[in-house]
Formats: sequence, structure tokens, C-alpha cells
Amino acid sequence: MADPVAKDSWVEIRRSVLDPGQRAAQVPADTRRVPLEMRAKGFLAAPARLGDEAEIVTAAGRRLRGVLSEVNPAYGHGFGAPIPELSAIGREVRALLRQRGRFK
Amino acid sequence: MMDGYEKIMAQRAEIMRASLGLDYGKYRTGVLAFDYEGLLADTGYDMDTARAVQRQTGVGDTPLVELANITELSRAAAAPGKGARIFLKDEAANPSGSFKDRRASLSVHEAQKRGYKGIAAATSGNYGAAVASQAAKAGLRCVVVQEAFDSQGIAQPEIAEKTRACEAYGAEVIRLSVGPELFYLLLCVLKETGYFNASLYSPYSILGIETLGYELARQVQHQAGRFPDVVIATHAGGGNVTGTARGLKKAGAADAQMIAASVDLSGLHMASDHDFNRKSFTTGHTGFSMPFTTWPDRADVPYNAARSLRYMDRFVTVTQGEVFYITEVLAELEGLQRGPAGNTSLAAAFVVAQALDEDNVIVVQETEYTGAGKHPLAQLNLAKALGIEVRRGDPRDNRPGKRIVIPEHPSQLAVKEVDLDGVRRSYLRHAVESLAAGDQPSDVDLNFLAEETRSTRRYVEDIINESRRKTG
Repeated sequence: MADPVAKDSWVEIRRSVLDPGQRAAQVPADTRRVPLEMRAKGFLAAPARLGDEAEIVTAAGRRLRGVLSEVNPAYGHGFGAPIPELSAIGREVRALLRQRGRFK
Repeated sequence: MMDGYEKIMAQRAEIMRASLGLDYGKYRTGVLAFDYEGLLADTGYDMDTARAVQRQTGVGDTPLVELANITELSRAAAAPGKGARIFLKDEAANPSGSFKDRRASLSVHEAQKRGYKGIAAATSGNYGAAVASQAAKAGLRCVVVQEAFDSQGIAQPEIAEKTRACEAYGAEVIRLSVGPELFYLLLCVLKETGYFNASLYSPYSILGIETLGYELARQVQHQAGRFPDVVIATHAGGGNVTGTARGLKKAGAADAQMIAASVDLSGLHMASDHDFNRKSFTTGHTGFSMPFTTWPDRADVPYNAARSLRYMDRFVTVTQGEVFYITEVLAELEGLQRGPAGNTSLAAAFVVAQALDEDNVIVVQETEYTGAGKHPLAQLNLAKALGIEVRRGDPRDNRPGKRIVIPEHPSQLAVKEVDLDGVRRSYLRHAVESLAAGDQPSDVDLNFLAEETRSTRRYVEDIINESRRKTG
């Protein structure tokens, strides 16, 4: 079994807030079929293993409980590959301004 | 930590009162009517005060930039002598990178003044970063509740960037899957912490935007020697249109035409888990602007201070593909990587300018910072991964959630008019539906509804009677 994650590590916890049956009345059918899930980050309050129930202290100082899901969670968002459908736009509009004598 | 959904929702009024410190009941003047100007004025933030508060944290006084190359490109598609000068208010120059700093600044100032320990907001957008940034400088704790990912765990890339920004400013971010119960979580946080509620729809939030309209009117006068002829605002919840138009009036530019512009997302459901990542836009779209224009009081506060129907002269929509196209043009012809949000109104301005004389001035009143996740590449890569077709072609073939069509030529850009009469009728239907059994609108209410819809007492009575006959 993996070692417990050390106290005060920066971690993420997850928990289900509302089960499918508890969703708000105005929620459409596809959303009603799934639970309302929550993810939050903070400093681990006491050593715990990934997948275990754990407590964190958030940046605002609140104590929240949930299943320990990640240690030092990464920011994975970016740009990705260039989009060919956008790549030629600059060339096209500069050519139009050259035709009008604005660009050399 | 959390009480059940029903229990918390039943305490909604009490929690909101404690967290805003505003007695909305005091402003009630009828079964529908309330003293809108009184609600705003009693906060004490007149223009000079709001500007002074914002200057303390470097908010506002953003540059106004003439987009001379885009103006020239627009004239290429216009009749001779047509093609107004297009200007851009570079709101990305605010501390957290958007005009939302203006909205957050007065709320945070108020929270600090009244001795609240912290501040909380339910928002997946720039507003969260703005509240977090202002709170950081004020030494207040901050919690931001976001709708961030779908049931597959796929995060909307733009919201992922907002999560990062909020955390960079030291805020706690509660990330949720899709659903309107975000509001329930906000109430739980407010109840537990006793923090101030930085509602997007409070008087503070709207008064904070008035400085934007005020500044831009004066800047246009200084740089172009006249007041703006047209101002276009990207339109979602209504605050941007409302605050900007009020600020323009306070600067004396009451004749400037106010246009609201939204991305057309018709066909997608705003609370749908399936549609969540298929919108390719997180705000400035019809999923917010239609419901909030036709009934502003669906907001989290008893009386919404953002009442856009009072202020808009025109309401137009553009397609997703047109906004991505103009975003590229802005970067490549003006050297400005901005948006997405302000670029919705830029796409509309590009078209509207073509019908105006060359000496007219049209202002796109905001930009926002661009970065990882907040970029057409991130949105279109996600769209493609989810099976949405992306191609060049006629933007009229754009279908939200199915096909994003990037124009092949600038002359293909167009705006679609939203029928304001239909919007007014819808507003009045909602007003009638909101009445409790036995409530009869009085003279005060009917006059209020005429102001709300920029119509006449006669018009209001006709529509109400018509709607009652239909449902009666």
C-alpha cells in the first residue's frame, strides 16, 4: 500500500453534493441522471491515503471533507494544436488591406 | 458542513439579507414596482466616489484604442462614404484583466467598510478572478463557487483558467459539475462563513460599471472630438449594458445608441450536462441574455440592479464562428490578443459600422485578457474532440453544438436583430406570472412596467390584458 500523503500537502478532494434523486426541479433530464459533484483544493489537515476520506484546510481557512483524489493537482488547460480553419485568416485580411493601399 | 438542499433554499431570503446588508423591502412601491433609483442612490456611490474607490486599486482609466485597420477592413465591405470609426475600450488593462474589476471593486470596498471578514461569489467567469483580486488587496478572505466540469470530468478550458486565476489571487475555489444548484452551494458558504455576497446583480456591481461608460464618453470626446454615436456591449446578465448606458448618460452622452450583442447559442440548454462543453462560449451568449433581458428578477437578489431592457436601443446576435473570426482579425491586424468576451461586440460593431457614416464613432466597450484556455484554439480543439464540425464557409450555416462555421471573407459577417417588441412582451408576461394570487397591479406598477420596457402605459396595459385573455 502506498504511503499516506503528508499533512499540509496541497491536495484536491472530491465529493458528491447532491445525488441524482436530489437534483433541483428545473434541471433537465440528462443533468438529473448524474450527481452534483464538487472538487476543492487545500492543505491536507492530517495524513491520508489517496482514495480515503480526508479533511483539507482551504485557502479561505475553511475545513472541508471529501475523498482525497490528487496531490499537488496540475493545471492542465492550454491552447492545443493550431486550428487550420483559423490559420489563414491573418494572411487573407492583410491581403485585403494591401489591395486598399493601407498595407505595403 | 452542508444542510440539505430544501432546508438551505428555504433560508434563502434570510441568508441573502445578512450577506448583502441591504433591506430590499424598503424600496418596494407596488406589487411589482420598486424604487430603482433609490436603491442605487442609497449606496452612496456617486460617480466621483466610485471612481475614487476604483483608483485606489488601479481599476479603470483604461485606454481607448482606435482600431484603424479593422475600420478599413469594415469599409471594404461598406458602401462609399460608409464605415464608422471603430474604437475599443481596453478593459484588459484592469488589475485582473477585465471590466469585472469595476463590478468587484465596490462590493469588496463595501464588505471591508462594514467589517465582513470575507467575500464570496458564485461565478465561473472573470468576475471570480476580479473578486479574488480585489479581496487580496483588501486583505479579505474569498470563496468562489464555479460550475466547472461535466459529468465526464471534462473541464471547460476557459473556466479552468479562471480557477487558476482565482487560486493565484489566494481564493478558495469550489468547483462543481453542471447545474443551477451552484446557488445552493453559495448559500451554504455564505451561511457557514458570514461573508459578504458579491452578487453580480447588487447595486454595487452595477454602479461599479457606470465608470466605464462615463470614462469612454469623455475619452471619445477627447480623441475624436464628439460623443460616441454607438456603443456596443457584449450582453449576458445585463450588468454590462445597464452600467455602461447609465455611465454614458451621466457623462452627457445620452444620445449614444446602446446596442447589446450576444453570441447566438439557440438550441443548447444552459443547465444540460451534455451541452455544457458544446457551447464553446462561457458567457456573452443568448443562454444568459434572453432570460435575463425578459425577466431580470430571476437573479439571486430580490431586485436585480441590472435592468438591460431599460437601456438597450438595439439587441443583436452574432454566430460563434464570426466571433472566432474577428478574434483572429483583432490579433493579426491590431496586434491585440484579447477576448473572447468583448469580441462578441466587436463582431457586431464590424457589421453595424458599415451602415454608419465615416465620421461616426462606434465603441466596443470592453476587452478581456487572453490566455491558456481563454482562446479560440482551446475552444475549437475541445469542440473538435467532442465531434463538433469546424469549417470555413457561410456563417449562416453555423449550428451551436453541431457546426462552427468560420467566415471565408469579412463581407460575410452579419448581425441578426432580436425583435425588441417580442422581448418586451415576454418581459410583461413574466411580470404577470410573478404576481401572487390576488395581487392587482396599481398605477405605480403600470408606470413602472412602462419604464422597464421603455414603452407607454397604454402598451403595458394592452399586453397585460392580451396575456390574461390567453391564459384566463
